[in-house]
Amino acid sequence: MGESSSGQPPGGTPRHPHARASGNADGASEHGPAGRAATPGKSAAAEETSPGPVARLGARVKSAGSAGPPPGPARPEFWRSPLRGPWLTAVFGLVLLFGITVLFVTGLLSYAAYNPDLAAVNDQTPDKGWLGFYLFSWPTSPYWLYRLTQGVHVTLGVVLVPVLLAKLWSVIPKLFEWPPIRSVSHAVDRLSLLLLVGGAGFEFVTGILNVQLHYIFPGSFYTLHFYGAWVFIGAFVVHVTFRLPRALRALRRRLGEPAAGTEEAAGLVAPRPAAPTISRRGALAMVGLGSVALLVVTAGQSIGGWWRQTALLAPHGRDPGSGPNGFQVNKTATSVGIRPSDVGPAWRLTVRGPGRQVDLTYRQLLTMTQHEAALPIACVEGWSTTDQQWSGVRLTDLAALVGLGVRTPEVLVESVQRGGSFRSAVLRDNQVRDSRSLLALRVNGATLSPDHGYPARIIVPGAPGVHNTKWVTRLTFGEPA
Amino acid sequence: MSAPTAFRRRYGASPLHLLLVLASFALAVYAGLRLFEGDTVGVALWFVGAALLHDLVLLPLYSLTDRAAQALFIGGSDDGRPAARVSVNHVRVPAFVSGVLLLVWWPLILEQVGHYTAATALPADGFLARWLLITAGLFAASAVVLIVRTRQRSRSRRQARNATERGRGRG
Repeated sequence: MGESSSGQPPGGTPRHPHARASGNADGASEHGPAGRAATPGKSAAAEETSPGPVARLGARVKSAGSAGPPPGPARPEFWRSPLRGPWLTAVFGLVLLFGITVLFVTGLLSYAAYNPDLAAVNDQTPDKGWLGFYLFSWPTSPYWLYRLTQGVHVTLGVVLVPVLLAKLWSVIPKLFEWPPIRSVSHAVDRLSLLLLVGGAGFEFVTGILNVQLHYIFPGSFYTLHFYGAWVFIGAFVVHVTFRLPRALRALRRRLGEPAAGTEEAAGLVAPRPAAPTISRRGALAMVGLGSVALLVVTAGQSIGGWWRQTALLAPHGRDPGSGPNGFQVNKTATSVGIRPSDVGPAWRLTVRGPGRQVDLTYRQLLTMTQHEAALPIACVEGWSTTDQQWSGVRLTDLAALVGLGVRTPEVLVESVQRGGSFRSAVLRDNQVRDSRSLLALRVNGATLSPDHGYPARIIVPGAPGVHNTKWVTRLTFGEPA
Repeated sequence: MSAPTAFRRRYGASPLHLLLVLASFALAVYAGLRLFEGDTVGVALWFVGAALLHDLVLLPLYSLTDRAAQALFIGGSDDGRPAARVSVNHVRVPAFVSGVLLLVWWPLILEQVGHYTAATALPADGFLARWLLITAGLFAASAVVLIVRTRQRSRSRRQARNATERGRGRG
C-alpha cells in the first residue's frame, strides 16, 4: 500500500517539519547521516521525562557509533503510506481485542470439552500443571454446545487473518524504530511484543494448518496450540492494558490522524506521506472484504445442511456421499487400520463392571431396547454436521448388564482401532447418564457404514467428535484399572 | 501529569508496567517450558518465524507487488492532467481478497495434504479450480465496477462540457 522501497535519505526540507525541543530521529535527517545523535525518546512516556541514566548510556552508546537511524526502514521517512496512524491501528486493534478474546475463551472451552482431568487417555497435555485450573465437567446440554463453540473458534480464527495482517502492516514502522532500545521499559516492551506477535502468528498458523490436516508443525497439535496460547495470552493482556487507552483516545479524535512525530502519532504517521491511492475507509473496507470472503468460503462447513456447499475452500465443504451415511467423516476405517476381520462375525462387545463381564454379539445388541437420539458430530477442526438420527442401546442399559443400574459411573470406551490417537476415551458420569448417550448401531434408519464406526459407535450429546468413539469393542464402567 | 518519579526516570514507565510485564513473562516461561519440551529447536524456529513471517516476508512481497501495480496506473489522463491513481484499487482489491484466500487455504489449494482423501473420504482435487474460479470472479466483478465507473465519469464529463458550451452560447 504505497511503501517507498528506495529508503534514500530525504532530500531538502521535510514536508512536515515537527521540530521538537527534544529532537528525534527525523532531526538527524536534516543533518544527514553524519549528524550528531539527538536525545533519544521519540514518543510515549519516555519523552515527558528527562533522560535517565539508562537513556544517557544509550545516547552515549549511540553517539559512539553512528548518529541517527541508518538509511532504510529505521527512518520514519522510509514509510510512505498516508494511511498509517493511530486511528487505523486502533480500529484493527479493537477488532482483534474482541476477536482474540473470543478465540481464547472458546479455545479453553474446547480443552475442557475433552475432560482432560478425568483420565490420562483424555489428556493430550498431561504436563499442563496449573494451566488446567479452570477445568469443569463438560455438560451434555445444550447438545449443540461444542458444535457452536468450536465452529466459532475455527471460523472466527480464519476470518480474523486479514485483520491480523492489517494490524501488523499498520504498525510496521515500530519494528524498525530508532533507537532499537530506548529504555529498560522499552526493551521489556519489545520482548513482550515478540511473545505477542510470535504467539499470535504461532496460534493462527498451527490452527489453520491443523484444520487442513497438514501436520507439518513440530509436535502434537494439542501441545503446541494449548501451550502456545498460554505463552501468548500474558503478552496480550499486557498489550491491551497499556495500549487500549491510547486506542480509545485515537478513535475519539475527530480531526483525522495527528501530525507525524507528535506523541499522539505514536510513531505511526508518515512524515513524508505519498499521495493517497485509497482512503482509510477504503482500506478498512478492503480488509473487511477479505474477512467476508473467508467467512463465505468457510462457515458452511460448520453450519452444514444446504450451506455446506458454500464452503468452497474449507476442508469439509463437500459431502462424502449420499444416503443415510453420507455425512462428514473425521477418519475413515482404512485410514486407522480397521480390518474386515476386526468388525466381522467374530466381533464382540465386552462390557465390564466391578467384578463382572458380559460379552455381546452384534445380534444380541440389536435385540436390546433401541433408543433414538438426534445429535450432531462436531469436530475440533471446526466442521460439524446437522443432527443425525442415531439409534442404539443406552449406555445406562449396558451398565445395568454388569449390575450398575443406578448412579452409573464413568466408562472407558475402547475401539478396535490399532493406531492413531483417540482410540480410547473416558466418558464422565454425567455423559454416561444422559438418556441421549447411546452405543449407536444405526444412523438415519440404516446400519452404520464402516467409516461411521460399524458395528457400534458412541454418540454423546455435546462431546467433541473424537470422544464419539467408533468401532467400539469394550466398555469398562467404573474406575479404570 | 505529575512530575515523573525517580522510578519512571530510570525505568521508562510506571511500576505497574514492570509488575504486569514480569507477571506475563513468568506465565510465558511456565507455559513455554511445556511448549518447548520435545522439538525445542523446531518450536523456537516456528515461534520466532511466526513473529517475522508477516513483517519480513509477506510485507516486502506485497508492498513491492503493490508498487509495481501502482506504477502501471501512473500516467496522464486524456485531458492531460495526471490520472487519479485510485484506479489501482480495481486490481488491488481483488488481488488482496484472492491472496488472503490462498494464504489461509494453500495446503488444500496446492494439494499439499497427501492423506486428506484417505482420512476424510473427500476428493482432494478441486480446491485449486475453485480458488481460480473465485479469483476470476473477483477480477471480473472488479472489471464490471471499472466499466460502470468509467461510463459514469465520461457521461458526467460530457454533461459538464455541454453545460459549459450552452453557457458560452448564452454569453
